[in-house]
Amino acid sequence: MIGIVITITSGKGGVGKTTATANLGMALASLGQRVVCIDSDIGLRNLDVVMGLENRIVYDLVDVVEARCRLKQAMIRDKRFPTLYLIPAAQSRDKTAVAPSDMVHLCQQLKSEVDWIIIDSPAGIERGFRNALAPSDQVLVVTNPEVSAVRDADRIIGLVEAEEKGPAKLIINRLDPEKVRKGDMLSAQDVVDLLAIPLIGIIPEDEAVLVSSNHGQPVVLSEKSIAGQAFINVSKRLMGEKVPWLDLDGKKGILNRISKIFSGGS
Amino acid sequence: MLKLFERLFEKSNNSANHAKERLHLVLIHDRTDLSPEALKSLKDRLIAVISEYVEIDAAQTEIQIEVEGREQTLIANIPLKSPRKRRS
Repeated sequence: MIGIVITITSGKGGVGKTTATANLGMALASLGQRVVCIDSDIGLRNLDVVMGLENRIVYDLVDVVEARCRLKQAMIRDKRFPTLYLIPAAQSRDKTAVAPSDMVHLCQQLKSEVDWIIIDSPAGIERGFRNALAPSDQVLVVTNPEVSAVRDADRIIGLVEAEEKGPAKLIINRLDPEKVRKGDMLSAQDVVDLLAIPLIGIIPEDEAVLVSSNHGQPVVLSEKSIAGQAFINVSKRLMGEKVPWLDLDGKKGILNRISKIFSGGS
Repeated sequence: MLKLFERLFEKSNNSANHAKERLHLVLIHDRTDLSPEALKSLKDRLIAVISEYVEIDAAQTEIQIEVEGREQTLIANIPLKSPRKRRS
């Protein structure tokens, strides 16, 4: 087994890297894949709470790197999917506790154990980002359809190219089809035109995402959530499946169908 | 007056287009590390250097960055003054 290292990054904070990491990890595990999610945001640990595994942490990434525990001891097994693991970030240290070469070494070891290694990168373009990028086989850039997030995404894409880790693929998160329709939000096509990298997912705005992280139950676990469905589609695309894009005008679609029924159309 | 009204209406009604236009320019300058002022100074120096060799129409000279995917190209359009015009 040779695992693939996916790095999830964005430049700007708060666009949904951790949400994407947790959901893609769960989605891949739900499809029977063996997955390790790594929180590389040392000092600002977050992936554990979003995944609902915060009470089970004994060892962390820095403990592994500094050989205070074996790798397996720092891998927290998920309650819901037995093929999903988390390696949490250290909370009481800073980014300099880990070097890019440590991450490469760690991922080398993990590659023979799992199918996917998903690294949640910290915001910014400094050491933490370099750590997350160093072992990467495929970079996924998360952005929002919003000027500052797109600008930072472009900067990150340039850095990924400079490190010869490109082409990165794009996840557009929190797209609101209604706002796009009104002309108040950049469309997915606008963002793709500007950033000029392949698109791998459009995650629609969905309040279920907030509710899910409140519970520590990533949104892919709620079957009715459209954002959850979109994350499952991204994970299928990562596995090489061709998945059609979601109909994000669903509400309008239903109205159209109803009006067609009333007007006697099909 | 009508035009002004239309323009205001368009702007308030389609902020997404405005965002796209602004980002287009910002990304060019981010990627090339070339500010609008730097581009202007480059143009002035280019005109000065080329004028040492051949007479050009400085007023019609254009220099801009074109974007194709993630590649930027510096395009200079420099009309030469025709010999006839020069003689006259």
